Amino acid sequence: MSHSLTANPTGNPGARPIPSSARPYGNPYLMGFLLGLVLLATYVVTGRGLGATAAFSAVAAWLAGIVSPLQVQDNLVHGRYWNDGAPLASWTLFLLAGAALGAFVSGWQGRRLAWSVERGPNVSVNTRLVLAFAGGFIAAYGAKIAKGCTSGQALTGGSMLNVGSLVFMLAVFASAYALAWFVRKEWL
Amino acid sequence: MLPLSSFVEWSPAAELGIALLLGAGFGFCLERAGFGSARKLTAVFYLYDMAVVKVMFTAIVTTMAGLFLLSAGGWMDLSQLYLEPTNYAAQGLGGLVFGAGFIVGGYCPGTSVSGAATGRMDAMLFMLGMLCGVLAYAEFTPGLDAWIKAGSSGELTLPTLTGLGMGWWVLVFVAFLAFAAWGMGWLERHFTTLRPQT
Repeated sequence: MSHSLTANPTGNPGARPIPSSARPYGNPYLMGFLLGLVLLATYVVTGRGLGATAAFSAVAAWLAGIVSPLQVQDNLVHGRYWNDGAPLASWTLFLLAGAALGAFVSGWQGRRLAWSVERGPNVSVNTRLVLAFAGGFIAAYGAKIAKGCTSGQALTGGSMLNVGSLVFMLAVFASAYALAWFVRKEWL
Repeated sequence: MLPLSSFVEWSPAAELGIALLLGAGFGFCLERAGFGSARKLTAVFYLYDMAVVKVMFTAIVTTMAGLFLLSAGGWMDLSQLYLEPTNYAAQGLGGLVFGAGFIVGGYCPGTSVSGAATGRMDAMLFMLGMLCGVLAYAEFTPGLDAWIKAGSSGELTLPTLTGLGMGWWVLVFVAFLAFAAWGMGWLERHFTTLRPQT
């Protein structure tokens, strides 16, 4: 299969340390199957699927709460993540904390741990970092409007054949494919 | 009947422990699939490495088939599962905006965590951008939530929309995955020259 042709699995050119001993990634169909089992287990145990964006919203509510607890509770958006004054005791935030741990273990096993910046050969580190920040900001807005991201909508909703989730998924891919040509210098 | 949450009361601490555990599996799968790397993730948009679609599609079909079998066997009540209400405008527009953030930033919210956990500094910046984004949304445009709520079509799934049962949809998706797997192999061979050499 052609995915095994990946010569440089960390895909990181430039001066940053690349662990040349990095092991290849898992077979995508096998990893998809395992990811599906994790999602299924999440449904079976909690009755809800996975998510990610809510964790960021919880941290945002916590930060805003440091500035002004009263305003946070009045805010329509923050209010939903305020959790009676304990926004950091958020289920999704703990899910992502676990995800960081799991990813770290996998990266460590695969010898892929490295302080590095993922970028194409034709973009500077600083430009890439600015674009990463901007992309995060834009993605956050999209996820807030769509009420979910790739985890909460695409994976979780998609597996329940949720119509809105499928619309979201199609829109994400349509948009990214349409824009790919314009940002090709960042990746190719 | 499953889900467990419909008849088990966990303490708040236990719930967070479950979140940590499930999250560990989630993050492990993401990183092992290569999703801690922005280049691997964005490669799908240049067609030389379709891993993102392979993983996502397989995961969705696996979960869908599992849910269907659990339900058909009488072990699970699917109506107890949370379903985000469908809103064509919100999910269409949000998806378009999200897609732009994905190709520019190189990650999505979940995968940025897996990238950051393995030392990718661009993933950390993406996470910071996410945080600023959700903060800005709450502070400056909280009214968007009311607009989204107003346009909701309620809970809507393909089986309820089409009248075709979930089992048939599982078959359709499995067949489509098999066809897509073949097509993606062709795409990767066809566009392999786009793969950056350095």
